[in-house]
Amino acid sequence: MTVAQNHYDAIVVGSGISGGWAAKELTEKGLKVLMLERGRPIEHIKDYPNAFKEAWDYPHRDKPTNQMKKDYPVLSRDYPLNESTFGMWANEQESPYTEVKRYDWFRGYHLGGRSLLWGRQSYRFNELDFEANLKDGIAVDWPIRYKDLAPWYDYAESFAGIAGVRDGLDVLPDGQYLPPVPLNIVEQSVAARLKKAFGGSRHMIHGRCANITQPKPEQNRVGCQYRNKCWLGCPFGGYFSTQSATLPVAMKTGNLTVRPFSIVTQVLYDKNTKKARGVEVLDSETNMTYEFTSNIVFLNASSFNSTWILMNSATDIWQGGLGSSSGELGHNVMDHHLGVGAFGEVEGFDDKYYFGRRPSGFYIPRFRNWGSDKRDYLRGFGYQGSASRQGWSRDVAELSIGADFKDALTQPGPWSIGMGGFGEILPDHSNRIFLDKNRKDKWGLPVLAMDVELKANELKMREDMKQDAIDILQAAGVKNVQGYAGDYGPGMGIHEMGTARMGRDPKTSVLNGNNQVWDAPNVFVTDGACMTSASCVNPSLTYMALTARAANFAVEQLKKGEL
Amino acid sequence: MNRRDLLKMIAAATGMAMVGGELWAAGMKSPDAGKTLYTADDVAMLDEIADTILPQTSSPGAKAAGCGAVMAVLVNDCYSLEHQTLFFAGLKHIKSLSKQQFKQDFMALKPEQKLALLSQLDQEAKKGGTSGLEGSSSLASSKSSDRKGELHYFTLLKQLSLFTFFTSQVGGTEALRYVAVPGKYDGDLPYKKGDKAWAT
Repeated sequence: MTVAQNHYDAIVVGSGISGGWAAKELTEKGLKVLMLERGRPIEHIKDYPNAFKEAWDYPHRDKPTNQMKKDYPVLSRDYPLNESTFGMWANEQESPYTEVKRYDWFRGYHLGGRSLLWGRQSYRFNELDFEANLKDGIAVDWPIRYKDLAPWYDYAESFAGIAGVRDGLDVLPDGQYLPPVPLNIVEQSVAARLKKAFGGSRHMIHGRCANITQPKPEQNRVGCQYRNKCWLGCPFGGYFSTQSATLPVAMKTGNLTVRPFSIVTQVLYDKNTKKARGVEVLDSETNMTYEFTSNIVFLNASSFNSTWILMNSATDIWQGGLGSSSGELGHNVMDHHLGVGAFGEVEGFDDKYYFGRRPSGFYIPRFRNWGSDKRDYLRGFGYQGSASRQGWSRDVAELSIGADFKDALTQPGPWSIGMGGFGEILPDHSNRIFLDKNRKDKWGLPVLAMDVELKANELKMREDMKQDAIDILQAAGVKNVQGYAGDYGPGMGIHEMGTARMGRDPKTSVLNGNNQVWDAPNVFVTDGACMTSASCVNPSLTYMALTARAANFAVEQLKKGEL
Repeated sequence: MNRRDLLKMIAAATGMAMVGGELWAAGMKSPDAGKTLYTADDVAMLDEIADTILPQTSSPGAKAAGCGAVMAVLVNDCYSLEHQTLFFAGLKHIKSLSKQQFKQDFMALKPEQKLALLSQLDQEAKKGGTSGLEGSSSLASSKSSDRKGELHYFTLLKQLSLFTFFTSQVGGTEALRYVAVPGKYDGDLPYKKGDKAWAT
């Protein structure tokens, strides 16, 4: 490669949800962009080998084997280890990390990242979410408010395609929605009873999800076919992913170059200009090192890996890396804690069933510490759940084995309804990641160490999360209600956030209100690393909006000659 | 959808551990994957057991769905060592029960004899009683209070039979209903008793 070919207007590190958005926005505004992805390329549709497979097509019927469990000890802690998505999660032998305390890190090291695997629930942060740190005296204040992000939420939703209903609730601001994924008859009935039981203070609404319920021909997306196989890659473009939505637009501009197998090892910092001049790349296949230069750099490598890159950058100036002058780089790890909820049976609908398999169910927005409600902990939680008729795995207590037993199991069982909470985790300086310099990955690079735990606020909240779920279902007339409080390790929400937070002061934050690294203003971090607090809603939509906003700002500044 | 919680919920609601028995697998050493613990005779016996639990009715039974072979693969590749040991001992136990009660090999039993034998084990497993694997009734009874809730090998056999049958093509499309590409969702579909359940 010649030197000239190594220079771009912008470099985007990472190709997941936020990286895809950065590439789309920057290329559409005319910038020549290099997208660097550490893993292999995955081509839309062509590289979704399991998209049309059925349970019986898998040798182990989609169950993990002992060998898989041995090779993927972290992944085996929860649902992601299975035959259908095998190969879509980072190799734990090649890319280990250190657990000072248990941390479940589920990574997607391939083009598209976890945009191919995500849960697709898409909610806006509300006004209070952006003010809560200031009001509670927790961590630092967000440098932006809801009104700063609202137009970018509109923009992101319109492009991505979010199915939902404008419910008119302050706690969950409405956005730009396609028709909703329907609630079934039992969910509608329980929702109506819930509203009555709590005088309109608690709501069961349609989940808002990034599945398109109407075609988007301009994006070559047919729409959701109700197969509920999203995580296998959708040949119909039914859900938002880098491959289905942002990447085709970016490629079409002619301004995008994608380089897979490219591990970014550091941002190249120029101490004279006090800006980045590009990045260093280790080719994961050849082990060759390259330099690519650019006017701006967007870090979208996923929360912890964006921070890992910063920690390895400009270490001759700052020992802890670029952004460490704040003392906050690597700190304030957040996730959403989950695994707590309730379920029960619904009577009176034995003459009702359903057709199709939905990609989303219902949502109960936060009601704790909202309005006049006051608890002995801060913040709150929401629930996600669904109702369905029990299948063949139910127990038929009155029948022994044989013909009658089999025939009973070939018919649907009673209606069940269940839901699980997603709770906010407070930013806490002591919850942190750092470089474990004694341990190297396959490429000889230092690995991350995780030192994160739930604190008293979350543990108190979990008690409410269980009891409120029981109370809600009972109040709505659900029978045989049972609460559950299952296993949760930080990271299991797969919503890792923080470690390079936005703020108003370079002494206490890594990024400013436009996602610029205070110490290198042409470096932007717009993935989960930037989050100042976590809210209790799924964060990806907020990353999309923040990325589009930051990209717009970056290009404006470039045009003005400010960057 | 929140798959993770629904899976746990189903397991909790039915009292059935998911196949593979992660609960029991913790801390156990996994045997070498791919090692074949089961012979063709064992597969034939698994077919018979599964077909007794889920026989042909108006739809094909477990044998027609090829359950035995898949059960063997799952036990070999996915079970913990402890479950493999329990499972294998269970098969031996069924053989010896057959000899004891009917003076015949299990494979030579008439369908109603197989059903009687396995129904008895199903009752035992449901009660959470002992599997009698020690072969000593005094030992079993003296420890009966300790053994409440202990996993019975028949529970594994039943789980595996159900799982391999209803996730098979025969089970999923003939015993149950399956539409690969529904294209829509109708959440208010009339249902009358006898209509088949969806496979997923």
